[in-house]
Parts: sequence; structure tokens; C-alpha cells
Amino acid sequence: MSAGRWRRLKDRLAGRVMGALAFLVAMLVFFIVVALATRARPLLDIQSPVVLLTSSEWHPRQGKFGFLTFIVGTVWVTVLAMVLAVPPCLLCAIYLAEYAPRRLRGTIKPVVDLLAGIPSVVYGLWGILMVVPFVRDVVTPLAARHLGAIPLLRADNPTGYGILSSGVVLAVMVFPVIISVTEEVIRAVPDGMREAALALGATRWQMIKGVALRRALPGIIAAVVLGFSRAFGETMAVMMVVGNVPQIPRSLFDAAYPLPALIANNYGEMMSIPLYDSALLAAALVLLLIVLAFTIMARVILLHAVRRAA
Amino acid sequence: MGKHLEERVMLGLMIGSMVLVIGSLLLILATVLVKGLPALNLAMLTQVPKGGYYLGKEGGILNAIAGSLAMASGATALSFVLGLGVALYLQLFVRQSSRFAHLVRLALDVLWGVPSIVYGAFGFTLLLLLKMRASLLGGIIALALLELPIMVRGMEEVMGMVPFGLKEASSALGATRLETALRVFVRQAAPGIVTVILLAFGRGIGDAASVLFTAGYTDRMPSSLLRPVASLPLAVFFQLGTPLPEVQQRAYAAALVLVVIVLGISLLTRLLVRRLSRYVVR
Repeated sequence: MSAGRWRRLKDRLAGRVMGALAFLVAMLVFFIVVALATRARPLLDIQSPVVLLTSSEWHPRQGKFGFLTFIVGTVWVTVLAMVLAVPPCLLCAIYLAEYAPRRLRGTIKPVVDLLAGIPSVVYGLWGILMVVPFVRDVVTPLAARHLGAIPLLRADNPTGYGILSSGVVLAVMVFPVIISVTEEVIRAVPDGMREAALALGATRWQMIKGVALRRALPGIIAAVVLGFSRAFGETMAVMMVVGNVPQIPRSLFDAAYPLPALIANNYGEMMSIPLYDSALLAAALVLLLIVLAFTIMARVILLHAVRRAA
Repeated sequence: MGKHLEERVMLGLMIGSMVLVIGSLLLILATVLVKGLPALNLAMLTQVPKGGYYLGKEGGILNAIAGSLAMASGATALSFVLGLGVALYLQLFVRQSSRFAHLVRLALDVLWGVPSIVYGAFGFTLLLLLKMRASLLGGIIALALLELPIMVRGMEEVMGMVPFGLKEASSALGATRLETALRVFVRQAAPGIVTVILLAFGRGIGDAASVLFTAGYTDRMPSSLLRPVASLPLAVFFQLGTPLPEVQQRAYAAALVLVVIVLGISLLTRLLVRRLSRYVVR
């Protein structure tokens, strides 16, 4: 075989192998869904998915598996985290994209990246050492004295471990995701549009409000959705501060039991009770499907946003 | 004037938010440092847990440090090999606008958002399928899957910055796509690739939820791919869960070690990038 043919053959071969790898990666999500669904099957055979998702009865030993409590718990924690995180993140991103001098931007960006790199157990540890005591000793007594009449804010959980603490920890965890994506989409707004607004006599903030933010809105929504799906699946940090009490929460101060925490907390005993492993892998499947829906939604919005800008 | 007042109020809020974000980072680092430093000593770093360690007796977390390093290195190596193939394929072997390339990129974005506990659960089903127990290998596989999207998207980004002219020049000289990939793209993007590798390593070493099912935990040093292995994040988690204050102190120290490793990698990345980019054609 001539050297040239050998080289071409090698090239084709490498192309095939790499193409197969790329194909496998493209199918990986699908594999994960199938693998989890297969393991969840024994449970789904005897209990309909509707019951699984809408029942709040959780008695593994009696074969009763309902995820509602855990799904509601996850939603409470995640929504609170987003309510706390979104306003400061947007303001930060606007500042970084529109106001910050180059040097300052250059120093702050790595700091935000650093925040993204901190392991989630460390966030959890910080939650236990600072956030939980603060909620227990300062916020809860204050709320009990002044806000007891408002149903969502009834503070009768004296431990500090609960939705409020985990919402605070989770909010800090999603800061970097929301800030970096939002900053990027705001910076992608063409300068010509900014200049036009400024030339008409708008202040910088009026320009941002009327032009930059309006133009970047789809991207900002996508950033928030991405942050939401990140927060929705976060396990360790939340599990360490949320209290892990299987109840439907009635107030921000209540303890909850999110879905990821359920999976992580019970892996040890799941092989010893019938159908328990099926139930936990079904929980992982539910978690995955919810997160997938949000991530794909965010990506589609982002794609359209990019196309519209181009 | 109203509009200037509004501007000033908003600017104040923005600066307040910046302080909040940076302040929380500093607060977290300060907490870990203040709590971890007093509990840290040489024995923590050089010994494995001895009998009664979890009751406050002697020993250290060397098993977790070694386990985490082994697991994250293995996972990073595995996901690098797989990821490099995929990234080069997307850059050189398919048209950028092809439907397949879009599909793979969308899949990677979706994988990036998959929670680590789901990778753990998936890894667990793989272990059941292969009739294996929680082990170093299981942890490596779960972490490699977790790192893969970071790896591919990161490498694609740095390869995308390779000047188009270099690719054309390489092709014009008669190089095949594979030769262009390995001799031009990889070399040219090397500093960026190193950054991406370290980023993925940092993400892998800090993750707990995915190794919970797949790697297990042990008081011994990692010895075989098929035995359970300890890890730093789980060392923090388990020791915090014990009722004894002495043992909880050690969790703080373990957290400090973990943070030092992660931040060290981050700093190393910055230094290396500056160093390595001297050899790049611009």
C-alpha cells in the first residue's frame, strides 16, 4: 500500500471512530433515560405514573411510593432560590456588561468563575455554619414576632434547617450561572443600537432599560431558566440544610424534602426493601425529565435569540 | 432631574449587588478557612483513619485525598480522550452547519444541565448491569460522564479560535483532516485545552452526588479499580453527619483541603495559560 493511500485510510478510519463517538454522545441522554426507565419498570408495572406523581404517601415498607411531597419540596426550594438570586444577578450582569471599566470586568469575571468552581459540599458546609444559625437565631424569632399572621411566613420551625436556609444557599450557587449567561447576552446587543439611543439624549440607564434589556430579553429569560434547572437538580448542598422532613411545606420556614435529597439519602438501604431501588431510580428519571424540559426550553430560546440578533 | 436620579439609584443597586456576590464568595472562603485551619494538622494529611477515628481517635483523611485525586484523574483522562475525539470531529470532519453537528451540540448542552445525582443514578444502573459493586472504576465512569460536556464544549470553543488560515494552509500542503487535527489544531489550541482539562478536573474532584452511588466509601487507600474508594466531598459530608464535634472539626479541615485543591487548580490554570500561549501562532 502506498504511503498516500495509508494516510487517507487512517483519516477515514479516524473519521469513522470519532463520528461514532459523537453519535454516542448525542444519544447519551437517551441512553440515560432508557436505563433509568428500565430499572423503574417493576414499580411502574404495578403503580401508574399518575399515582406516582400525584400521591404524597411515602411508605416504602408498605410498597407505597408517591413523589408529590418531594416534587413540591423541590419546587419550593428552587423557586425561593430564584426569587432571591435573579434580581441581584441581573443587576450584576448589567453592571458588568454596561458600566464596569475593562480592568474591573477583568478582575470580577474570574471571581464569578471561582464561585462556580466551589464544590457543592462546601456550599452546604457554609450553609450549616452560617446560614442555618442566622436563620435560626435571627430571622425565625423576628418573623415569629412580626410576620406570624402571614400564612407563608409562619415561623414555627425552631431548627433553622429548612426551605429558607436552602433557598439562600442555592441562590448563591446559581449566581455564576445566571450572571455569566446574562452578561454575555447583554454584551451581544449591537453597539449601534446603544449609540442611537444615547444620541437621542437617553441616559445610560434609559438606554439599558429601553434598548439593551429589551433586545436581550429572550437571552435573559434563557439564563434564568438555565439557573432554575441547575438549582432544581442540586443535591448535596440542599440536602445538608433543608431538614429532610417528608411533608408538604406550608411556610418558608418549614423543613422540606426535595427529590434529589430523597435519592441521595436512601441509596444505602434501597437494595433491602422490595421496589425501593425502582422507586429511587424512578425519582431520578422524574428529576431528569423535568430538568431536560427546562434545559431544552432555555436552549431553544437562546438559539432564537442568537438568530434574531444576527 | 428624574432620569438622572433613576440612573443613580439603579447604579447604587448594581454596586450593592456586586458587593453581595463578591461578598458571599469571600464569606464562604473565610468560613472554610477560619473553621478548617485550626482543625488541620499533618496527621490529617498523612494518615488514613485508624480504629475509632469516627469516635474522635487518631487518623486522617489521606484515603479521601488519594481517592479523590485518583478518581478525578482517571475521569479527566477518560473524558479527555473521548472529548478530544468528539471536539475534533465537530471542528474538522463535519460541516459546521450540518444537522448532525447541531444535534451533538444540543445534546452536549443538555448533558451539561443534567444534575450530577442523575449521573450517579445512571452509573449505578451501569454497575448493576455489569454486576459490579461500587468501585473506583464506577466513580471514574460517573465523573467522566459529568465532565464530558464541559470537556467537549470547552475544547470546541478554544479550537474555534484557531485561525481559519492555518487550517487552509495545512490542507493546501496536502495534509489529511486527521493530520490537520493532530498537528495543527491540537498544538495550536494546546493552552486552551490545558485550561479546559483543569476546569473539568476541578469540577470532577468537587462532585459528591455522582460518586455517592458509584464509588462508595472506604477507610483504606485506593488499591484497585474494582474496590470502593473514598473521596474528599464525601469525607466532608459523612464527618459532618456524625454527632461528635471533634469529628465535625475534621469535616471542616477536609473542606479546606478540597477548597485549596480547587482554587489551586484555578490559579494554576491562569499561570499556565500565560506561559503556554507564547508558542501559539496568532
